[in-house]
Amino acid sequence: MARYAMVIDTLLCIGCGDCVVACKTENKVPEGLNRDWVVEATRGTYPNLTTEFRSERCNHCSHATCVYMCPTGASHHWKDTNIVLVDPNKCTGCKACIAACPYDARLIMHPGGYIDKCTFCHHRVEKGLDPACVSTCPTHCMYFGLLDDPSSEVSELLRTRNYKVLAPETGNQPNVYYLT
Amino acid sequence: MLLNRREFIKLSSLLGAGTVVSPLLLGGCSAHPLPGAGQVSKTPTFCDMCFWKCAGFVYRENGEPWKIHGNDNDLHSEGRLCTRGTAGLGNYEDPDRLQKPLLRVTAADGRQTFREASWDEALGYITERMNSIAEQYGADRFAMLNHGYGARHFSHLMRAWGSGSSAEPAFAQCRGPRDVGFKLTFGEGLGSPERTDMEHSRCIVLIGSHIGENLHNGQVQTLANAWRRNATVITVDPRFSVPAGKSKYWLPIKPGTDLALLLAWMHVLIDEKLYDSDYVQRYTTGFDRLREHVARYSPEWVYLETGIQPELIRTTAREMAASAPATLIHPGRHTVWYGDDTQRSRAIAILNALLGSWGRKGGLYIQEKVRLAKFPLPAYPKPKSTFKAAHGARYPFAYKGVSNAIIEASIGDDAHYKGLLVYGTNLPMTIPGIRPQLRAAMDSLELVVVVDTMPSEITGYADVVLPECTYLERYDDLRNSGERHPSLALRMPVFEPRHESKPGWWMARELGHRLGLEKYFPWEDYSEVLDWQLKQVGSSLQEMQNIGVKNFPRTRPRYFVEGQPVQFRTPSGKIELYSQQLADQGFDPMPEYTRPEQPPQGYYHLNYGRMPAHTFGKTTNNALLFQLAPENTLWVNPLVASAQGIENGEYVRLANPDGIVSNRIRVRVTERIRPDSVFMAHGFGHRSRRLRLTHDAGADDSELMTNVKVDPIMGGTGMRGNFVTIVRENA
Repeated sequence: MARYAMVIDTLLCIGCGDCVVACKTENKVPEGLNRDWVVEATRGTYPNLTTEFRSERCNHCSHATCVYMCPTGASHHWKDTNIVLVDPNKCTGCKACIAACPYDARLIMHPGGYIDKCTFCHHRVEKGLDPACVSTCPTHCMYFGLLDDPSSEVSELLRTRNYKVLAPETGNQPNVYYLT
Repeated sequence: MLLNRREFIKLSSLLGAGTVVSPLLLGGCSAHPLPGAGQVSKTPTFCDMCFWKCAGFVYRENGEPWKIHGNDNDLHSEGRLCTRGTAGLGNYEDPDRLQKPLLRVTAADGRQTFREASWDEALGYITERMNSIAEQYGADRFAMLNHGYGARHFSHLMRAWGSGSSAEPAFAQCRGPRDVGFKLTFGEGLGSPERTDMEHSRCIVLIGSHIGENLHNGQVQTLANAWRRNATVITVDPRFSVPAGKSKYWLPIKPGTDLALLLAWMHVLIDEKLYDSDYVQRYTTGFDRLREHVARYSPEWVYLETGIQPELIRTTAREMAASAPATLIHPGRHTVWYGDDTQRSRAIAILNALLGSWGRKGGLYIQEKVRLAKFPLPAYPKPKSTFKAAHGARYPFAYKGVSNAIIEASIGDDAHYKGLLVYGTNLPMTIPGIRPQLRAAMDSLELVVVVDTMPSEITGYADVVLPECTYLERYDDLRNSGERHPSLALRMPVFEPRHESKPGWWMARELGHRLGLEKYFPWEDYSEVLDWQLKQVGSSLQEMQNIGVKNFPRTRPRYFVEGQPVQFRTPSGKIELYSQQLADQGFDPMPEYTRPEQPPQGYYHLNYGRMPAHTFGKTTNNALLFQLAPENTLWVNPLVASAQGIENGEYVRLANPDGIVSNRIRVRVTERIRPDSVFMAHGFGHRSRRLRLTHDAGADDSELMTNVKVDPIMGGTGMRGNFVTIVRENA
């Protein structure tokens, strides 16, 4: 399986939400729904504080519980990659995937009657472009690439910087990494 | 899925362009084409979601609006638009847009309402009133208050008509003190985009400037660049702002005491001989007086005012000196705080001078724009009076119009101004505590015209409302900003104007022709002017319609060459640490610190600022941005929440000592704010019912600002001396 990863530098993220708007317009996400969002986590008491901003979305897990739990095969890994997609024509909207996702990354419910989510902009990836959020971020805090390629920017960053993933204990092997 | 998409393309191409994109496949399942699978076209523009004017391309798919993305050749955006720029299509698609000209009418029962009018009738009405004002009082008695790039068409009309009075709230409600302070010191202002060289800075000092919460794109990107290079960032802010959280040093200062800190830093730099003595000797005047002046501002004394430990003041001053001249004391932008703002900006300017950063790499660079010829037109008539008629001798260093003074000079039968054109600025939410004067002025004025795209509150004061189309539907002047190197950008129509809205240039031209000013408007379409100008610099409208941005090489260096003689545009030709100009007008020649007013018992400092999703109140009705940030919140420290018995998420109101009570606002309990202050983003609390999304959402800080501290040097309206108390909604 080819592994695509998104690497997000929390030291540069300012929580501006540009990634959210870029995704909504690029993917024509219906009003009221979002495929990505920004979390702010502040720790400490005034004036000894730290704040971390994180742009979050589907983690495109290598072991994706949503794919295993989908009764119709609508949730699937795209073209032998870790990119998790939902086939709207197969999705019945049963929401098993929503229960299975540790990241609450699935949208309820596209007006077209199916469960929608981040696609890592595979329609752009196919053309050699970065996902819309990555290509729009004004602080350039987001990176996208192949983990299998040791010379890729994402591999290099994970080799040289401290990072974390969200909910590693689930064993889902998420592929969105946060530099800290 | 992929197969379906390919099938769909074939199908749609058979059906032809303009067909609705929902063909049915076998089994009745609808196809789900991937974004960009249809017919895609792109058109250049530069953004109007804020004043940064980033260039980008607007994409359409099958003729439908799709997305906006930055232009890679653009210096303002480096190919990346911000949150608001990315959401620009929301402005075009806003269902609440003004659609037709509106005229105020009085019904039989005496109630005033608007009725829709034709362009001919609306423009005819304006022409008649403008002529009548000119005959009775003079053309100079018609003033303009404006914001935004499209205002240039109306400035041209006003000057051709013989009016010398216009003002932008961008001066007296925002940048004025900063630009005046720097002009007094260096002989020049900062420009927009600012001449800050942050991509090369090794040390950056932010004084209450929350870059990242304000999304001035180039500022955000170059600051992010500095973070990436591990530059030393020192942030002075009572609030744990976004840049504070990414800084090596955060100085959580007592509100209103910044000037004391700046003077202490000068004290340390001079006391420890850390300043750039060669630069100071070569380029400045008044150093000896400055040394005497700051001697009493020791870190120990300043600690008592600011709450910043003396050792931290010294350490940060040494950090600045260690990186100089690649050290930037950031001039900020919105600088109307406490009424001594020109002096505080002077202190920032002086500190930059001591570090030798003006004209140096990593400090403040020398901007350059394109030498663009003006379209040949006759000279303007000399107006009988200028904006200075509004404030007289009060603000000697106001080199631009003072918006609030123009409103005050419009009140009463004997008022100087008789007519007012308001372009693109929502005055009641822009000028602090202005509503009573605004109401009185609107009662007195014989003509009030408002040009806007949205039914903002100011439209309610108008006799005539003219609906402008959005930036995505019109030509405006070429963008030619002083920048790192010269460049031009084109704004052109991506779509036909919706409804009966029209471009500003069209309105100005139509009015010009009706007022007998044909010779100032000798074109049919504004694109003729742009094409002519572009051809003078070896380009053309056709070329720009493809590329959007054209860059030109610099013709002079971006920084001073080591040791070169420089003639500054000040009276002495030097950087004026001591300002004789200020002394001559009876002001302090060097900045003095005055202790700010403290809140009465039970009141908090009203701290306000920006949020990245919105440009003031201008974008809050944009559906894309509304979804991101539908209302503002009131930041309160947990200690305050517990003392007041309020909880996170509940609605409260704010009351000021003058009895003004705000709209309701949701509480956000956070450690990021001091217990003596509350914070809210500016731009919410719209009262206009015609703004259906944002109406009544959140509270408006500007109406709570009745304690305005006017800067006597240039007329700025200091907004940070206001205090509020929290009123529980269900108490």
